[in-house]
Amino acid sequence: MHSSIYLTVLIVVPLLGALIAALVQKTPGLSYVVAVVTSCVELALALVVAVLYSPHVKGAGTWDFMSRHVLSAPLGLAYDVGLDGISLLMMVLTALVLVLALFGARDRRQEAAFVGWLLLLTSFTMASFLSHDVLEFFIFFELTLVPSYFLISGWGGAQRSRAALKFFIYTFTGSAFLFIGILYLGFLNQHQTQGALTFSYSALQGASMTHGTAVWLFLAFAVAFAVKSPIFPFHTWSPITYAEAPTAGSIELSALLAKLGSYGLLRFAVGLFPLALATLRPLILTLAVISILYGSLVACATPDLKRLVAYSSLAQMGFITLGIITGSKIAMVGAVLLMFNHGVITAGFFLIIGFLEKRRGSYQIKDMKGLQGPAPVFAAIFTVVMLASIGLPGLSGFVSEYLILIGTFGTHAWWGAAATLGVVAAAAYLLWAYQRVFQGKATGANAEIADANAKERWVLVPVVVLIVALGVFPHPVLDRISPSVNQLIHHVAPAGVKK
Amino acid sequence: MNGLVIPSIHYLAILPVLIFFGASLLLLVVSALVDTKVTIYFATAITSLTAVATVVVAFFQWSYVANHGASTTVAHAVVLDGFAVVGTVVVAVGVLLSSLVAHDWAKRERIAGADFHILALASSAGALLMVSANDLIVIFLGLEILSIGLYVLVGFDRHRVTSAEASLKYFLLGGFASAIFIYGAALVYGATGSTNLGSIAYFLSNNVVLHPGLLYAGGALLLIGFAFKVAAVPFHLWSPDVYEGAPTPVTGFMASVVKVGAFAALLRVLISALGTQLDTWRPILFVMIIATCIVGAVVALVQRNVKRLLAYSSINQAGFMLLGVWSGSARGVAATLFYVLSYAPVVIATFAVVTLVGGRGDELHSIDHYRGLARRQPWLGGALTVLLLSQLGAPLTVGFYAKYTVLAATIDSGGGALALVAIITAAIAAYFYLRWAMWLYADDDVEATRVAVPTSTGVVIGVGVIVAILFGLWPGPLVAWCQHATLLFLP
Repeated sequence: MHSSIYLTVLIVVPLLGALIAALVQKTPGLSYVVAVVTSCVELALALVVAVLYSPHVKGAGTWDFMSRHVLSAPLGLAYDVGLDGISLLMMVLTALVLVLALFGARDRRQEAAFVGWLLLLTSFTMASFLSHDVLEFFIFFELTLVPSYFLISGWGGAQRSRAALKFFIYTFTGSAFLFIGILYLGFLNQHQTQGALTFSYSALQGASMTHGTAVWLFLAFAVAFAVKSPIFPFHTWSPITYAEAPTAGSIELSALLAKLGSYGLLRFAVGLFPLALATLRPLILTLAVISILYGSLVACATPDLKRLVAYSSLAQMGFITLGIITGSKIAMVGAVLLMFNHGVITAGFFLIIGFLEKRRGSYQIKDMKGLQGPAPVFAAIFTVVMLASIGLPGLSGFVSEYLILIGTFGTHAWWGAAATLGVVAAAAYLLWAYQRVFQGKATGANAEIADANAKERWVLVPVVVLIVALGVFPHPVLDRISPSVNQLIHHVAPAGVKK
Repeated sequence: MNGLVIPSIHYLAILPVLIFFGASLLLLVVSALVDTKVTIYFATAITSLTAVATVVVAFFQWSYVANHGASTTVAHAVVLDGFAVVGTVVVAVGVLLSSLVAHDWAKRERIAGADFHILALASSAGALLMVSANDLIVIFLGLEILSIGLYVLVGFDRHRVTSAEASLKYFLLGGFASAIFIYGAALVYGATGSTNLGSIAYFLSNNVVLHPGLLYAGGALLLIGFAFKVAAVPFHLWSPDVYEGAPTPVTGFMASVVKVGAFAALLRVLISALGTQLDTWRPILFVMIIATCIVGAVVALVQRNVKRLLAYSSINQAGFMLLGVWSGSARGVAATLFYVLSYAPVVIATFAVVTLVGGRGDELHSIDHYRGLARRQPWLGGALTVLLLSQLGAPLTVGFYAKYTVLAATIDSGGGALALVAIITAAIAAYFYLRWAMWLYADDDVEATRVAVPTSTGVVIGVGVIVAILFGLWPGPLVAWCQHATLLFLP
């Protein structure tokens, strides 16, 4: 097993970056440089850890880099980190999204504070993904709210205050159920073992409970994660929040923080309460399918590019949830992969939309027309990202959606069939949006916009590279996910899961 | 009969009370003799010294308790246990911080003399008596000493009508509550034959009460008396008016020191004396907690006066503190103790900021006056943000662990539903805390003056922020201390 120092450094580096950025705030631009350097170090480190990760550690299953330090025995509070194939992808995504957000969505107003909040957000998100302790996960999960709140309310659009507040209250309320669920589970386990209060993931996985308890606890967990993801009908905060957040905030929220929801659902709700799965599966599958169809339909009708991506995200999160809940191994692997791919794809969308907004001063589709004439590079990259999102073979979105749908058809054909309609709808709303924005004859201000400059192109390069690479050659990644998903499925197996 | 028997007194147990009374009397005499311009510095110095001395005494008390276990003295009327020691420390810290805020406030309002400090010290002596009382009569004495000083303090700002109105309101309702309390004590005495908490518990555990009506009525009246003091719904109606009308430093004092005294005594009465009647008082408390949490959070949503807002916020917080009482376990007692302990410095610091923004005349308390504060004065605004986040219960602040411990205790005692309701009200409460925080960072288009931050008030705000963050990062020792103290709780 590798030393847990790597993971601790991954959590601490952005914190240090934020601190230094705050200290050098007097010099204009310096805090931005600090943040950029920090993000590059973080990404490099994340890649090193991803390469070092070994899925076969003796005695720890597919967990690597583990260590546990109890901080306060009476509180059951511990610092407990570990990495498996599922969190591995999320770790890389966290670091990657920070780099994209910093390079692609620089905001010069009160820059030190801006990059400071971004770095803090990265540190907390990283810590949530690396937590191997349910309480620790919850604390960092909650903590991500604070920087996101300040990012939205400080640098967002006209309705930023309302959006930030709505975001905070929705997620905070969802977390209330999670909090009670976690505490209940902790005490349940303590009363059974007669030992110390612990929230260690592996210890709680061993807690035995009645079917009824499992269902209630699963619901308590699932509400919090469904709000965060978001999943219909808990999604109402997301369009306004994504739309009003600054570009960097939208990227962090949809590419990254939404994944905290699906990650939590997979790791904690499914992983801890397999008994409940059989009972609740039809309900959650239905909600997932509704999210897919509803998100796609509304995306067709929305006049605002950012909101369009927000609703398309809702549909994509529906796919992820479908893959997690359906209970087939292939679908689950696909879901984990889609968590990563969707992160990259939405980041790409929001970056391009942000660049266009800078030129046109609007997110409205009706304000743009024929942009492929003056801005062919944007049009090309948008096409790649769009096709990946639709699920064109050879691009990353295809692999993950295909795995999810195949798995779903094997276990729940009707839901699979309904979800497939979502793929068709995605093609409809995205291509239609493309037509309206990029095709036709550009006139007036639209004809005069500048194409992507060098910096913007470089920011979009990793997005395109990842989309193509994971579409053509996903095996190295799949090989890292599969053992961990196998292990989880093995644990969940009694709940009627197909191997 | 050979006359009055003087019970043996273990002076260490009542030393904090004596120190506070002594300091109060000393100030009273000195302020009559010294020039009024120096008095204020002298008063603050004496109050600070008293608080520090009390903390030192508490240290000795702690080591005594650790070595000899919990004990009673003065004919079992006063108890020296870990719980009392922690309570004493919280009261001392609360008085210290409040007097520092009051010092700058008095200078700003040109209030000469040491009256505030004399009254605060005397009042706190009552709170100290309450945390170590082991007899209903002594609790009542503490309650009265605490209250009488407060009645005057609330009406201290003679120039404002609202202050006098608040004072009268508090006096009438407080007097009423005291009467109810003493009536309850009398009924409990009638039912059990004693006012001593230990004897009541002994009687109830060794006898079957065939006609418990008298006991239940007495217990209920005691509970109502306490509910008035901690402002639990439906006995909370005085608190918004009094919080608003009282001079702001006094409001901070009320939200911290008074709560400590009242909760300490409440815990002793319900858990030590009436612990056997758990099943009887729990349902009442259950309803009371739900009402308190909901009313506190919901009504605060529509407040635009920050002092009223904080009044409702503290009603909501009181609901959380009551959760630990409801659980009736050692874990619950420790949790409430930890909650009160961590809440006191944070709330005093919050009111310190409100005092500063209130400006001369103590009247600028609309939320509008906070617009853009953090943009003009990042440190002050940032500090208030941290304090609000802590009351909200955001992680990495001590408020999170305070909520965590009481919820854990509640769930441990089988109160999952109660905990869920409480935490959802915390989510509602998050709305107004955040809305306030958001005003701080709003663009300041209005021409507003900078708020001056005098040294000693600045120190208090700093202490509140440090407590919120330090114990938010590192809550272990403080929680362990409270648990340890509860183990030394006299059963």
